[in-house]
Amino acid sequence: MSRAEDAAVHRSVRNGWLLSTPALFLLTIAAAGPLLIVLVYSFLTPGQHGNVVWDFSVEGWIGILWSKDIFTGEWGLADAHLTIFWRSVSLSLLTTIFTFLLGFPTAWFIATRPPAQRALWLFLITIPFWTNLLIRTYAINEVLRKEGLINAVLLKLGVIDAPLDMLYGPFAIFVGMTYVYLPLMVLPLFAAIDRFDMKLLEAGYDLYASRMQVLRRVILPIVKPGIIAGSILVFVPSLGAYVTPRVLGGGKQMMIGNFIELQFLAGKNWPLGAALAMVLLIIVTVALLVYVRYANRDTSHG
Amino acid sequence: MADDVTISARHVIKAFGQGAAAVRALDDVSVDIRRSEFFTLLGPSGCGKTTLLRLIAGFEMPTGGEILLDGADISTLPPNKRPVNTVFQSYALFPHLTVAQNVAFGLQMLGKPAAEVKATTERMLALVKLEAMAGRKTAQLSGGQQQRVALARALAPQPKVLLLDEPLSALDLKLRKEMQIELKRLQLETGITFVFVTHDQEEALTMSDRIAVMSAGKVQQVGTARDIYIHPRNRFVASFIGETNFLTGTAEDGALRLGTGERIEMPGLRASPGPTTAIVRPEQLRLGKTADGGLQARVVSLVYFGTDTHCHLHLADGTELVARLQSPASGEAGLSRGDSVGIRFAEGAVQQVED
Repeated sequence: MSRAEDAAVHRSVRNGWLLSTPALFLLTIAAAGPLLIVLVYSFLTPGQHGNVVWDFSVEGWIGILWSKDIFTGEWGLADAHLTIFWRSVSLSLLTTIFTFLLGFPTAWFIATRPPAQRALWLFLITIPFWTNLLIRTYAINEVLRKEGLINAVLLKLGVIDAPLDMLYGPFAIFVGMTYVYLPLMVLPLFAAIDRFDMKLLEAGYDLYASRMQVLRRVILPIVKPGIIAGSILVFVPSLGAYVTPRVLGGGKQMMIGNFIELQFLAGKNWPLGAALAMVLLIIVTVALLVYVRYANRDTSHG
Repeated sequence: MADDVTISARHVIKAFGQGAAAVRALDDVSVDIRRSEFFTLLGPSGCGKTTLLRLIAGFEMPTGGEILLDGADISTLPPNKRPVNTVFQSYALFPHLTVAQNVAFGLQMLGKPAAEVKATTERMLALVKLEAMAGRKTAQLSGGQQQRVALARALAPQPKVLLLDEPLSALDLKLRKEMQIELKRLQLETGITFVFVTHDQEEALTMSDRIAVMSAGKVQQVGTARDIYIHPRNRFVASFIGETNFLTGTAEDGALRLGTGERIEMPGLRASPGPTTAIVRPEQLRLGKTADGGLQARVVSLVYFGTDTHCHLHLADGTELVARLQSPASGEAGLSRGDSVGIRFAEGAVQQVED
């Protein structure tokens, strides 16, 4: 390579870095920066008025699983924390599964409409996004509560004698999250099904596959990228959900999001809140890695 | 064995749409397809040939009539219950599976033991000469190779009938010629009944044992390539297959009287009222001097095609005829524009056809 060419390559590399500076700057400030602050705070000591004192401590991290008895000062396993983690993970998984079960037929329906109608159906799917999350959640509250829509209808029809107690609990949280995150499942599924060649259905039936086998052996493997994308889009925000469990869980049925809030506000324990936030991040990352790896392995082996 | 029928369509009707807007894609179609023959459904687009194929495959249910396979009515069976496989126009290979997995799919769905699936898959890949590609994803293959995978996949479960829906239309000319020979070889080697759909008459003539010419939802004629070319039943078949001259006149006993007043000998023709149509293929015209008799005509133009020369002629009443003259060594047909000639026809070449 001549020196002129060498210099040209150098110049283009340098220009490349210069051009990406704004993006790198933004990433540092917006993503890495706050994360770093949270990480540092998790290793500090809580202050008196809900701030942090700059003394190194791992009590924030210990506090995730253990709690100090306020009378004896002894450390014991914090069952309540584990319950919250378990509730968060199980409700998020349940939400992901149900949004898929509801979203797949919906996305299939839209993708198989004539092209002119599809835009309208997709538009209808996105309408809930126009309304504030809080209002949508209170709407679910209105549907589920004792004097709510479902109970009123069931009582009128004589299906039940006394109103069902559906509000303030895991069930209500699950219903709310499924409703709120359903569009996030439908849209990537639609994108994947839209690309699916419907001739493959005929090819499958022709080659002796039953309807169920066509679904399992042909449709699902091919639209899997859409299923993965939709599941991630639903699972990740479900795990960190804050508004929905707050409004529909009734304050006692906390999820990780509410638990973190509690530490930062009422609990005045910022290091524990920061450590919990990091744990949430770790759970999400591990879940994604496992899911993506599992998905990829499945693809390469057919 | 030759008359052993595999597929029998009986008075099959297929209508799309409802009520007055319903369109009959197939209008009372009856056809018998024999065991181990290469049977072609030939016709222009929209003639119903693909609909008939889809009815045999089970992708559509007939509105009326029935379809028999080895004598049993299969009209209402779903595709996965019919021992019939399809090679799709777009191939419809499974993109998430390898070549070998595509070929094995049907066998696995039939619940064959793994060892048999493996052995049959290997045999099929060898049959279409794709052993080396077994582990590839189908997107990595060329059009011709994908075509072979589609064939191997459809042949692997050893169907009683293989349906081919214009499988060669996406290939370029050279590859198409190769695949025509390949298909014929596969059909002879496997002994499976092939039902082949095409709009390409040359493809149909060169490959088929028998051809059904279709138009407007009806079967116009069924026969060997030779039958259909030499004895077309009606005007549609005559014009769709090969090039044809039409002669219209009045039928007299033993001859056709043209508008010019001239008579063409047609032994066997009986006098009848109304116009009668006859056809004659361009290669059956013999041109001579006017003094030697025959239909009097004038040369309008000459088109040189290499092996032969097309001579466009006008009769006295303006009827257009084309004669295909084999080119002599010199390449000169010995004719020029404006020449007057006498046309004679080869024995039996002029035939009456239905309109």
